[in-house]
Amino acid sequence: MALDTTLITRAGDELYDAFRGNTTIAPLRERFEGIDITDAYRIQEHFMRRRYATGEAIVGKKIGVTSKAVQEMIGVFEPDFGQLTDYMEVENGGTIDLDRVIQPKAEAEIAFILKEDLVGPGITPADVLRATDHVRTCFEIVDSRITNWDIRIQDTVADNASCGKFVLGEDKVDPRDVDLTLAGLLVERDGEPVATGVGAAVQGSPLNAVAWLANTLGRLGLPFRAGEVILSGSLAPLIPVKHGDRLVAHIGGIGSCEVGFANGGALAAAKSGEAANA
Amino acid sequence: MLDAATLDEMADIVARAQAAPHTMPKLTDKHPGMTIEDGYAVQDRLLAKWEAEGRSLIGLKAGLTSKAKMEQMGVSEPSFGILMRDTLDPEGSVIPTDRLIHPRVEAEIAFVMKDELSGENVTIDEILDATDYIQPAIEILDSRFEKFKFDLESVIADNGSSARFVMGGRARRPRDVDLRTIGMVMEIDGEIVACASSGAVLGHPARSIQMLVAWLHGRGRTLPAGSIVLTGGATEAIAIKPGNAVFARFQDMGEISVRIG
Repeated sequence: MALDTTLITRAGDELYDAFRGNTTIAPLRERFEGIDITDAYRIQEHFMRRRYATGEAIVGKKIGVTSKAVQEMIGVFEPDFGQLTDYMEVENGGTIDLDRVIQPKAEAEIAFILKEDLVGPGITPADVLRATDHVRTCFEIVDSRITNWDIRIQDTVADNASCGKFVLGEDKVDPRDVDLTLAGLLVERDGEPVATGVGAAVQGSPLNAVAWLANTLGRLGLPFRAGEVILSGSLAPLIPVKHGDRLVAHIGGIGSCEVGFANGGALAAAKSGEAANA
Repeated sequence: MLDAATLDEMADIVARAQAAPHTMPKLTDKHPGMTIEDGYAVQDRLLAKWEAEGRSLIGLKAGLTSKAKMEQMGVSEPSFGILMRDTLDPEGSVIPTDRLIHPRVEAEIAFVMKDELSGENVTIDEILDATDYIQPAIEILDSRFEKFKFDLESVIADNGSSARFVMGGRARRPRDVDLRTIGMVMEIDGEIVACASSGAVLGHPARSIQMLVAWLHGRGRTLPAGSIVLTGGATEAIAIKPGNAVFARFQDMGEISVRIG
């Protein structure tokens, strides 16, 4: 049985407050009896509407739960999606303030930038190739507003697919110039390999994941526009991060992306140092 | 170091277990003082024995090249083994498993050397200069130890679980690809069973060769021109059984397809 509007609003408000307060809440599935995936997307919509009201603007979408391992862990056999906003974007090579995220982990992915609208249903991987302007290497910093990442599909969908921040690499590649299924990934931390993967780990091919998203949005009547950025899903298992880490992702045939992590105090000190030197 | 008679006896045990397939207890059960060097001394005796039978060496292999496997075995450098010419099967062939016990398959990058390499500190550049070509490879591993109970000393004496290998797909000049990020997908009977990239091997598979050449140098040897080097599994090793179709795809390097017989 679907949750009523009062409960949807209450759950969305809880997630928004956790996001603003940099804190976590207990899993929704244990507290909102009968919550299903449709309810979860309605909660996500309410949570994100509160964020748009503070000035955040949609710049794209993220696709999550794309690997077999994660699907088995949370007990669903299709991906999910969340909204990307301008607030979430960090410049390539930038440093993420660990005081402004809750329990972050890094994922290295292939980002698609569309040059045409993709209106499902009926979208195939061939349509995705045609509508894609370019692809880039990117990091998604996932973050959960649910305590200890104790999530099932309803919890993560409601929580905007556990999206935290994202970083786009600078190299742009025409999707016709690279085998997206076999594009290999190496993530290094201080020159040491920490994760590897390949495009096929995302639904057999990242193109399949983007086609799934277009069709899902089409069914829900949500727009999917030229210019949007799509994070297509993690090529490798989640990478834990801590103060002082600097990660570089290299994807074969596409390019690199870099991101660092620092505690807020250290970041502020570095910034004031820069200012003093300037 | 164990005495020569004991090492000879171990080589006989391993050679028999490999020739007529049967399992053996791990060698350290009877000789707890066995060292890694003893393991390599057994390998030397296996090679001498096989060459006396008219078989020939075609190259060398590295194992335990991923961080995960090294941590699992508690070591900080790869293990090395020998590759015999008659264990190289062509792509598209049926791999005979009637002489294997619990075979597993993994995908990796093979290097074929055109120049000899020697010394304690060869650079990645020197390795790439000395490489004729690189090619996709799959390795069939078969640990001959009972109930998968083994330790590093025993595995080295068992020639790093080497059984058979296949090279195929598209040969590339090593500088024409990014050796850190060659994507690999391995399928068994049409289902994806392993995903990796070449960087899973020490961040760059030529680092395996760097460590191999340094290890050879320590034993007064070199890596001869013409050698094939298997740089170590980028994917995990997946169990196979007769009738399986194994298909491994490599980014911009084609694929290898074999059937398990």
